[in-house]
Amino acid sequence: MVEQIVFIIGALICLLGASGVIGFRNPVHSALSLIATLFGVAVLFIALEAEFLAAVQIIVYAGAIVVLFLFVIMLLGVDQTDDVGFEPLKGQRPAAIVAGALLVVGLIAIIVLGAVTGESSANAKVEPLVPNVEQLARSLFTDYLFAFEITSVLLVIAVVGAVSLARHRREAFIDELPHDDIPEPESAPSDEVTA
Amino acid sequence: MMLAASMGSEPYLILGAILFTMGAVGLLVRRNALVMFMCVELMLNAVNLSFVALSRELDDLGGQIAVFFVLVVAAAEVVVGLGIIVSIFRRRQGATADDLSVLKG
Repeated sequence: MVEQIVFIIGALICLLGASGVIGFRNPVHSALSLIATLFGVAVLFIALEAEFLAAVQIIVYAGAIVVLFLFVIMLLGVDQTDDVGFEPLKGQRPAAIVAGALLVVGLIAIIVLGAVTGESSANAKVEPLVPNVEQLARSLFTDYLFAFEITSVLLVIAVVGAVSLARHRREAFIDELPHDDIPEPESAPSDEVTA
Repeated sequence: MMLAASMGSEPYLILGAILFTMGAVGLLVRRNALVMFMCVELMLNAVNLSFVALSRELDDLGGQIAVFFVLVVAAAEVVVGLGIIVSIFRRRQGATADDLSVLKG
């Protein structure tokens, strides 16, 4: 009974937040709705007895990722709202909605009509008396140690990529040329000097 | 710790399916690059929810480990993706994806 109530509240928060992400014209409002969805998912994680992931969800997503989004929105200017009426590719939006309806109907049909198969775990069984963090840590630092180490390489690559992307280079601004004609070759004046 | 009379994973999976679809539709419908990126995060979260629900259903901690790695990859992806978006839109105005048509023949 308790879980039903928690699920209904969490699901409502998630769905309202998700529709806000899609529906709001201002990107700042979309980002704030995304926080609501992430909180709802964290609540559902707690209902599913994954306490560590719920905490990490709040810290990493709501604390870091959405703040990064908001930071970029502020950096680029908040006044750039979508005009939802403009449709560059004719018929793309209705087609997308129809495809989404088909997708959700298909997925729900699979979930409702099918059954979850598979054996219960042999080496990573959830033990009800051991704390969740301890079990995750034991699994992460034994069975998944190599993947965990690879993760650090991935993060280093991401940091290096972000730094090299954010660096300000003058000669990279080629797109600022408003016209389409090919610029004069650089060697033309020097030829004149030598001739 | 254990909640009495647990619900089964079906409602969670259905909610995950709906969230995933909303993210996919938002990605196709919206034109602002940042909002499209948020929709990708929405889809990742929907899959995370399914992972955790199935982790409890199958009594297997592997699903939670997978969510942990998805979180790490999502963080790295957001850093690089937002870096690309900033470096694109610093040199041109308008944050819609339709403005990026340099490769169009």
